[in-house]
Amino acid sequence: MIIDHPLLGPRDSSEFTYLGDAKLIERPDPDAETATRDFYEYAYLRDNPAGWHEELWFHEAGDRSWLVVTRNTLTHEISKVEMARDVARGKGRSK
Amino acid sequence: MHDLQTITALGGATPRVDVFNHITITENDGVALASVAARLGREAACRKVLKKLLGAVPETGRAVLHDPEAGFCMGPDQWMLGAPRVSHELIADQLKTLFGDNASVTEQSGAWVCFDITGAAMRDMCERLCAVPIRQMVAGDVRRTVIHQLGCFVIRRTADDHVRIFGPRASAATLHHALMTAAASIA
Amino acid sequence: MTQKNRLDGGQIDTAIPMNFKFDGKSYIGYQGDTLASALLANGVRLMGRSFKYHRPRGVLSAGSEEPNALVQLRSGARQEPNTRATTTELFDGLVAKSQNRLGSLRFDAMAINDRFSNFLTAGFYYKTFMWPKAFWEKVYEPIIRKAAGLGSLSLLDDPDVYDKGFLHCDLLVIGAGPAGLMAALTAGRSGANVILADEDFTFGGRLNSETFGIGDDAGAVWAAGAVAELASLPNVRLMVRTTVIGAFDHGIYGAVERVSDHVAVPDAGKPRQILWRIYTQRTVLAAGAIERPIAFENNDRPGIMLGSAIRTYANRYGVAADKRIAIFTNNDDGHRTAADLHAKGVKIAAVVDVRADAPRSMDFEVLHGQVVDTKGRLGLTFADVKLADGTIRTLDIGALGMSGGWNPNVHMTCHQRGRPTWNADLAAFVPGGTLPDGMIVAGAANGDMSTAGALRGGAQAARAALGLKGRLPKLPAAEDAPVNLTPFWYVEGCSRAWLDQQNDVTVKDVKLSHQEGFRSVEHLKRYTTLGMATDQGKTSNMGGLAIMAELAGKTIPQVGTTIFRPPYTPTAIGVLAGRHRGQDFHPKRLTPSHTWAAEQGAVFVEVGNWMRAQWFPKEGESHWRESVDREVLATRGSVGVCDVTTLGKIDVQGVDSADFLNKIYCNGFAKLAVGKVRYGLMLREDGIALDDGTAGRLAEDHFVVTTTTANALPVYRHMEFVRQCLFPDMDVQLISTTEAWAQYAVAGPNSRKLLEKIVDQDISNDAFPFMACANITICGGLRARLFRISFSGELAFEIAVPTAYGDALMRKIMEAGAEFDVTPYGTEALGVMRMEKGHATGNELNGTTSALNLGMGRMVSTAKDSIGSVLSRRDGMNAADALMQVGIKPLDLGDPVPAGAHLMNADGPVDAAHDQGYVTSACYSPNLGHAIGLAFIKDGSNRIGEKMRLVSPLTGVDVAVEIVSAHFIDPKGERLRA
Repeated sequence: MIIDHPLLGPRDSSEFTYLGDAKLIERPDPDAETATRDFYEYAYLRDNPAGWHEELWFHEAGDRSWLVVTRNTLTHEISKVEMARDVARGKGRSK
Repeated sequence: MHDLQTITALGGATPRVDVFNHITITENDGVALASVAARLGREAACRKVLKKLLGAVPETGRAVLHDPEAGFCMGPDQWMLGAPRVSHELIADQLKTLFGDNASVTEQSGAWVCFDITGAAMRDMCERLCAVPIRQMVAGDVRRTVIHQLGCFVIRRTADDHVRIFGPRASAATLHHALMTAAASIA
Repeated sequence: MTQKNRLDGGQIDTAIPMNFKFDGKSYIGYQGDTLASALLANGVRLMGRSFKYHRPRGVLSAGSEEPNALVQLRSGARQEPNTRATTTELFDGLVAKSQNRLGSLRFDAMAINDRFSNFLTAGFYYKTFMWPKAFWEKVYEPIIRKAAGLGSLSLLDDPDVYDKGFLHCDLLVIGAGPAGLMAALTAGRSGANVILADEDFTFGGRLNSETFGIGDDAGAVWAAGAVAELASLPNVRLMVRTTVIGAFDHGIYGAVERVSDHVAVPDAGKPRQILWRIYTQRTVLAAGAIERPIAFENNDRPGIMLGSAIRTYANRYGVAADKRIAIFTNNDDGHRTAADLHAKGVKIAAVVDVRADAPRSMDFEVLHGQVVDTKGRLGLTFADVKLADGTIRTLDIGALGMSGGWNPNVHMTCHQRGRPTWNADLAAFVPGGTLPDGMIVAGAANGDMSTAGALRGGAQAARAALGLKGRLPKLPAAEDAPVNLTPFWYVEGCSRAWLDQQNDVTVKDVKLSHQEGFRSVEHLKRYTTLGMATDQGKTSNMGGLAIMAELAGKTIPQVGTTIFRPPYTPTAIGVLAGRHRGQDFHPKRLTPSHTWAAEQGAVFVEVGNWMRAQWFPKEGESHWRESVDREVLATRGSVGVCDVTTLGKIDVQGVDSADFLNKIYCNGFAKLAVGKVRYGLMLREDGIALDDGTAGRLAEDHFVVTTTTANALPVYRHMEFVRQCLFPDMDVQLISTTEAWAQYAVAGPNSRKLLEKIVDQDISNDAFPFMACANITICGGLRARLFRISFSGELAFEIAVPTAYGDALMRKIMEAGAEFDVTPYGTEALGVMRMEKGHATGNELNGTTSALNLGMGRMVSTAKDSIGSVLSRRDGMNAADALMQVGIKPLDLGDPVPAGAHLMNADGPVDAAHDQGYVTSACYSPNLGHAIGLAFIKDGSNRIGEKMRLVSPLTGVDVAVEIVSAHFIDPKGERLRA
């Protein structure tokens, strides 16, 4: 596969390592009353869709950026690639 | 002054040179390296120092082949700077003085082995080594890529037949073997 | 020596004769021949035996689709089984042997199978060798293994090298027939970067096999001109002998270039083959078409081949398949073969056409009928033709061409999600569904069967691919004959009529499969093995589908095809491995003291690709334990030195560095003073230990984190994840410095005395106490780092210098330590000392253990949030009987303590249900004089002093042991603070 890195352009997927569901960015609030339940779901319960999926890829043999790649797991079509740091900021993780 | 002698990445007292028909592989032991990463919120200030030092800020995928200090972009707000070891043995200290609190500086001289590949068949050789689009690259283009499972930087230098490869120093022998095999294969 | 079937003409160079041997007999062919064409020229029809029945076989085709003529090429270490004679370029000195025979090719003892064919039908093995069960492994399977299979391996190391490479282009053109050449010309003239690849050793495709012209030239001459023009364009790369084997995601193609297959031995250093990974924006697939045979009784005898192959042998190679030839056809293409052969003076016995309205000829007889049977034990001698009026006419012939129509070569269009669609005019599948990204199909592969159609299709495809504007330039004139065909798959009533010649699948087998209830085409394939041979059914699948459709009362498109998968043709494992084999399977990492250690005769072990010294044998030591025991005792007795460069090192800088470490370690780091080191435990978010190490604070905003050797990369990745994805606005910068520093552990009561001779600063206990760290200088000015940390439990330091000075520092330490008998120690002694001290490593941090299990439950700070802290607190992780790390010693001090053995209560059942825990690490302790172990035991911290049984039923171990503290040596830690 080719992943179109937002900064570096098209790169072979062999340069990346894969982590999985990009929901891992949304780490729960450890101080919430429901923290134990929230973290249980965060750590263990994730969707595994046959179709469009937002995934985390690490450009290990590249610029060491974590990316959020929107990929169709059936066709391998990739519709969007973003810097995970920007996505995290967009989700209000800046504190 | 201390009396400790360095050895090259390939373990020799002097750098190794291998000459083929259309390719010369030269171990380059003369580069001192340090990484520079902009501190959060100090990116502009950091770039200002870079520009003053190199004449220009190396943009994504590019090197500034300046003398004596040169540099290339490693990642977002992160650069690798190099200079002759004879004059810049303490490059990390020298850069830290320049950048101050605008950047984190880390010595990298010992982390990398440097090979200069020169000769008419340089492009053919690169095609046997890694997925960089070597024929489209121009002087100053830089790619981090994988050569024989090793993460390496490939830099197109000024001369048309010259590419520089930085690879992990501990694997210098493996990388050298890969270069030698590829050179023999295209010779 | 005469070549009895050699004709005039063709694209061979008769000025360059080549000697070759087949089954020990010498022959002569010419430059430009394949092994198959040269054998045919010499009148050799019999080239192999079939897989199951050992039927005599000759060539079926003239290309890579060949199922029959598989030979063992070369000899010795370069022997290569299952090589297609039809694609093997003849070279001087070539040696080939027929295969799959017992005895000689002409008298194969295994041919007895053919007599018992009634018992060897589809599913034979499944049904017959069911009982008695034990017989399968001991009796049936070995016999079948010996009898089955094709060629054999030499079992010697392959002496050749294989290479890999990477190419980039705007347009990849697969196939260099008329469509591919025209596409490449169109694209090349526009200035685009083009790669043109063809599996053949000569470009031109079918143009080399045909007599008709393009423009004013013969087709082959036009092709040569096109190739010359393409070769003159710097933006075009021509790749002959290069098979594109697969279409992968997003415009990535795999291709195998056979660099040296056409010479006896590769030139020095040259690869035998290269596996290319081609990155392309667009692709024109011009893979052509493959002719299909017709099934009739005994249609597999040597001499019976595809009509187009007979034409290729005559026109391209100047070889007549035999002196007397007939054609069996259902379409006009069969007549073309007859006409070409007739023109070359070969006797055409008849063209047998199933169509009543077949074209007539002045030059040869056309019979309306069907070939119903053949004769000839080792090669065709007679064919029986049943004429329309029911009478039988016997033809005296040595070769029979089958022309059943052409199948577009849709293989590569299906490597992603494409599914071919049915074209009734051609009675064949054409490309359909979703093609691989950027692929356009042209020429015969797209169902355009005429030369003019191919030229037009190729030009149009290239223009569409590159978005070229303007009018289509005028193309040279070429034949534009329509396809005129009546679908005809098999002769009514035939049974031993071959579909898949290599795997011996007949019409009867397909019928049997249907009768036994196999309805899906994929099931048919697996039950009968139709299409599972090395040719993957390129000539056989369509016939099987057609018969299956008829039996099921369906149409062929309703039955559908099996899925086409890469590689397109058989690919050697060697080329997939490339340079990555033997010692080069993966990279090696050498430590800065490697040269020195090798000089000392160190025994090395590979850890995380690092070559680490395992122990340093001294003269007179015959067993590794002697060396290891000596190294341990010498270190604890005076001083030892060990290269610990391999530990991962990560430079952490930035204003928020301390807060960041507070997140990644479960214990606190915010209050760590500058100049101090602290042990840290990293958890995964689920509360399981990820890694451990130390972090030293060199400045307010600067830490050096160490990881275990094996986890350096995963930990770095994890830290970047936490930095970029979880806390994106912390001011933290990370970079690995593992290889930037050479780092040595200097351990033992005399370690300080030794280092005082090297280090420029005061390192007394007051100035540099336990867990201190600092930037220092050594030997009068070299920058270095010093950490007072101890893995061995002794007074110890780790000293680091820039890697290039590592060799010099090791020699300096040995020199300065001579007066203390400084002893280098390896990973084994390191392991013994850490077990004596009760320190955990990867054996204990094994992906299932929590901080609590490791005896560090209280380290997980509740005063702050860290990765894994919330889930560490859940009930399941804090059960009363949770596993806890303890030490184990045998009651009888001579007994062993094997790692992996399980602990059971001293009295009680010994079974999994009563398991109390297991030993993670074990060694012989030379200091204690007996074996020791570290173990996880339920409620372990409350069971110190308890006697238990240590069992390993697999290895017959049953030892009485006592649970003790894991700190076998210096439990109060007085030595390391000395």
